[in-house]
Amino acid sequence: MDTLLEAFTNALRLLIALDPALLEIVGSTLQVTGGALLLAVAAGIPVGVGLGLARRIPAAGCVVPLIYTGMGLPPVVVGLFVYLFLSNQGPLGDLRWLFTLPAMIVAQTIIALPLVVGLTLTAVQAVDSMLPLQVRALGATRWQLAWTTLAEARAGLFAAIVAAFGSIISEVGAVMLVGGNIEGETRVLTTAIVLETRKGNFALALALGVILLGLAFVANFALYRLQNQGVAD
Amino acid sequence: MRFRTLLFLFFAFLLTACQPAAQTVEPTTVVELTAVIEPTAAEPQVLRLATTTSTADSGLLDAILPDFEAKYNARVDVVAVGTGQAVELGVAGDADVILVHARSREEAFVTDGHGTERFDVMYNDFILVGPKDDPAGVLGMATAAEALTAIAGAEAVFASRGDDSGTHTKEKTLWEAAGNTPDPNSSWYKSLGQGMGETLTFANESGAYTLTDRGTFLSQQANLPNLELMVGGASIAENQDPKLLNPYGVIPVNPDKGNINNELAVQFVEWLTSVEVQQMIADYRVDKFGQPLFYPDSKAWRNR
Repeated sequence: MDTLLEAFTNALRLLIALDPALLEIVGSTLQVTGGALLLAVAAGIPVGVGLGLARRIPAAGCVVPLIYTGMGLPPVVVGLFVYLFLSNQGPLGDLRWLFTLPAMIVAQTIIALPLVVGLTLTAVQAVDSMLPLQVRALGATRWQLAWTTLAEARAGLFAAIVAAFGSIISEVGAVMLVGGNIEGETRVLTTAIVLETRKGNFALALALGVILLGLAFVANFALYRLQNQGVAD
Repeated sequence: MRFRTLLFLFFAFLLTACQPAAQTVEPTTVVELTAVIEPTAAEPQVLRLATTTSTADSGLLDAILPDFEAKYNARVDVVAVGTGQAVELGVAGDADVILVHARSREEAFVTDGHGTERFDVMYNDFILVGPKDDPAGVLGMATAAEALTAIAGAEAVFASRGDDSGTHTKEKTLWEAAGNTPDPNSSWYKSLGQGMGETLTFANESGAYTLTDRGTFLSQQANLPNLELMVGGASIAENQDPKLLNPYGVIPVNPDKGNINNELAVQFVEWLTSVEVQQMIADYRVDKFGQPLFYPDSKAWRNR
């Protein structure tokens, strides 16, 4: 019980004092999460919409289960692959990206991408199957059809973004592996929590957990507001 | 309507059909279980051992613990973590005995009343490893302090465990001895907050120097083609820096904390420090590396 109480007071103290080490960690967390989310959404939503609309294409029958499998990719395996590609001996070793923020963004994007594609795809498929016929009958182009479908599937798209955000910000195995948890450079909230736990600083670890949850809440709150604003239009 | 009634009857039948089956299964399993348990004596006692990753990762515990488990009809649950967390597990009473390597912390653990007494177990030593091209020119230096001063002077990349482990604690005292505590924010000093294996891998990839226990380096050397031994000599006997010695101690957790199996913890300490087990430690993996990973150092061993 004492540890719990200490954790909350610790979290508050760190936040109020704007602890520079904490700010650095939060900064790296936001850079990695934001970067990966942006990439995953930018690539994942068009692919998801395309696949969702193309459900009669025979290849989709094989691709879709593959994507659903990807939604359950073990992050640490993704991290391992990215690590091997970026390692000195790996094919992309010359980039010198290993143990940097870009490496973490790459790994997180790969983890989040199937989630965005899969959930977008499901949301698009849930749109009334008569919609394409109606819109086409009104003389819409393919792009207009895609846009109308997107608007109809909006709630599902937000769910895709929220799920991707949640998986990225809470991920620890892959970023530890490819980022190296370097203090002041690639340390993010989750890897800092692992570290403080291993050091036996349970209260500080829990405080970081509280801050992580708080950050996730603020982001989700903003997304939710955005989604509802769209509805009001 | 008639269909629904049929369906209902069908399910009702399924339910009643399942019932007796379940009843007959249960007793037989119980009988089988007791039949299995009866020949062996009492249920094994559980000893919770909190220790550092080096003792577990080196495979030493896997090699010696079965002997203890057989002799005392016990099961040892090993929690292998950093020394910091291992000590905290003892403080919280979540372990019966701790086996760690950070002398100052061990002494504080006992004086603060968390442990009953500290016993010498064994030692190995630390070495400084670094990239083959040796940008700081430390190869062959006699002491770690000299080498660290050169590394700081050249601002060559240095990877620190940064996790409050025994190795990290040792590294900090070595920097102090060098009279040069690096600013954790300087770009050449990388504080990783990870285990020894990860830190060595990092050093191998990024051409960094790092402090490691000899055992972990020896057992991973095959995967570390870019790293070379810089300071510490080819074996403990050739290590010229006494500050690099790394003693391990075992401490039973104070039984006043409650729910502590102190009796078994004390038996464990007696067993671990006995000449017979110390010999097992001395022999461990000598065949593979041509030198021991750990040198026995218990009182019984020294007085043998």
